[in-house]
Amino acid sequence: MQISANLQAVAYLVSAILFILSLKGLTHPASARRGNFLGIAGMAIAVVATLLGSEVQSYGFIVAGVVVGGLIGAVLAMRVQMTAMPQLVAALHSFVGLAAVLVAIGTFLNKRDAGLLDAVLMGELSAGAIIGAITFTGSVIAFGKLQGLISGKPVKFPMQHQLNAVIALVTIALGVHFASTGSLASLALMTLLALVLGVTLIIPIGGADMPVIISMLNSYSGWAAAATGFTLHNNLLIIVGALVGFSGAILSYIMCKAMNRSIINVVFGGFGSESAAGASAGATAMEKGVKSASVEDAVYWMEDANRVIIVPGYGMAVAQAQHALKELMELLEARGVEVRFGVHPVAGRMPGHMNVLLAEADIPYDHVLEMDEINPDFASTDVTLVVGANDVVNPAAKEDASSPIYGMPILEAGRSRQVYFLKRSMNPGYSGVDNLLFYQDNTSLIFGDAKDTIEGMVTALKGGGH
Amino acid sequence: MPDTLVALYVFVLACFIGYWVIWGVTPSLHTPLVALTNAISGIVIVGALLVTGLESAGGAAEVIGFFAVLLASINVFGGFLVTNRMLAMFRKKNK
Repeated sequence: MQISANLQAVAYLVSAILFILSLKGLTHPASARRGNFLGIAGMAIAVVATLLGSEVQSYGFIVAGVVVGGLIGAVLAMRVQMTAMPQLVAALHSFVGLAAVLVAIGTFLNKRDAGLLDAVLMGELSAGAIIGAITFTGSVIAFGKLQGLISGKPVKFPMQHQLNAVIALVTIALGVHFASTGSLASLALMTLLALVLGVTLIIPIGGADMPVIISMLNSYSGWAAAATGFTLHNNLLIIVGALVGFSGAILSYIMCKAMNRSIINVVFGGFGSESAAGASAGATAMEKGVKSASVEDAVYWMEDANRVIIVPGYGMAVAQAQHALKELMELLEARGVEVRFGVHPVAGRMPGHMNVLLAEADIPYDHVLEMDEINPDFASTDVTLVVGANDVVNPAAKEDASSPIYGMPILEAGRSRQVYFLKRSMNPGYSGVDNLLFYQDNTSLIFGDAKDTIEGMVTALKGGGH
Repeated sequence: MPDTLVALYVFVLACFIGYWVIWGVTPSLHTPLVALTNAISGIVIVGALLVTGLESAGGAAEVIGFFAVLLASINVFGGFLVTNRMLAMFRKKNK
């Protein structure tokens, strides 16, 4: 069976609409799964319409590629731990990038053999190959940083930005040369330099900025798909690429805003590398020292509380403490305590990371509130439990104009009557900034592994009773 | 209007749709959003199919296309499945 080019175009339109509705489904958790299925339907229609079109004539390699790739993808999706989601996403981004590069090169070979090359096409090819290559190696570096294969610290050296600018200019020049001459050598060298650029652009960005990197690479993978669409004059790829590109761009914007930093500042990186010398308001607080508390103290305050807010951070993910938190929540709720979770937009290593981990532990999503929703409630809250978060509750962001995180919106945990910090050590957060909240009168620190501490609370609540 | 210009029209208008749709996504679903857009950007598989399946495609193009199909398939299957796995966990009330 074969379908006409017009029917194929109509099928692509249906597919594009399904993708738009699919993203629209994520407006609310209740409609989100349906959204995902609409996306699957859109993809199925697009693939079938392409296979039935007149251009696709041989199927051997295609079937092999889909079967092997599909199996790998399914295994990855089923096996991955929720805490490792940022790594999986980074890996998937790299695959899109590399696929876009391969499609660009393959298209070049096919069109060259058919004698159909022209300057516009080769210009579009260059764009696809460059964006794809940057996405590929950039995502590989992001994956390495997340997985701990390479240091999460920003890598900086003199003249770094100048070097990047030179590589970028030479890459573009090679692209122009390729477009005007069709030289395979220029295409190869251009792609190679773009691969290098992907590395040099991502290494100066620190681990704490991972949510922005993930969003940015998400965006790049969309632009790579759009550029491929231009090359192939395929409107579906252009539309989908634009949707994904904008999705990543908006997420990057939201993440930057949640850190009160500009995207330029993040991209040129190095956050957390400078040692925070500006200890003005902090100095007096530090002399006061910190209070440490026992698990029993915290339990004593929590079981008689009316309201408890739990603020999770990346430390919760590292300790895998989300399941213990669920138990703690249930025990407290059984005693009539209102327990809710306050999530900062940049908590974790990717946008929305905490929400997924809490959902994994079967904590209902209507108990999990965004920063703006929950901030007014801290003042009327008895106990706030900070689990593996740090910078996102640091009052220095509001009070200390010399602090590197000054201006960043925070969860106002310090306004509740009691604050308990679950911490492994006195090490500062990823920004390298000391937390003024530690020294507040109503704050106590409970040292130890977050999961052990919470399990201790659970045991105390079960044993104690009334 | 030349093809490239039509493509540009489509691109710019799609950018606007993307802008409006994505701002509506609830922040609690940002991780599934990244995973879903990941799956959707696997749409480059269409390009990969066109490269690989072309009748006149040479050996080199076929092999390159094969790897592109493979990589894009990982995205499509991995992306949709992991999104579904995540979304299945978002529940409102306990049983």
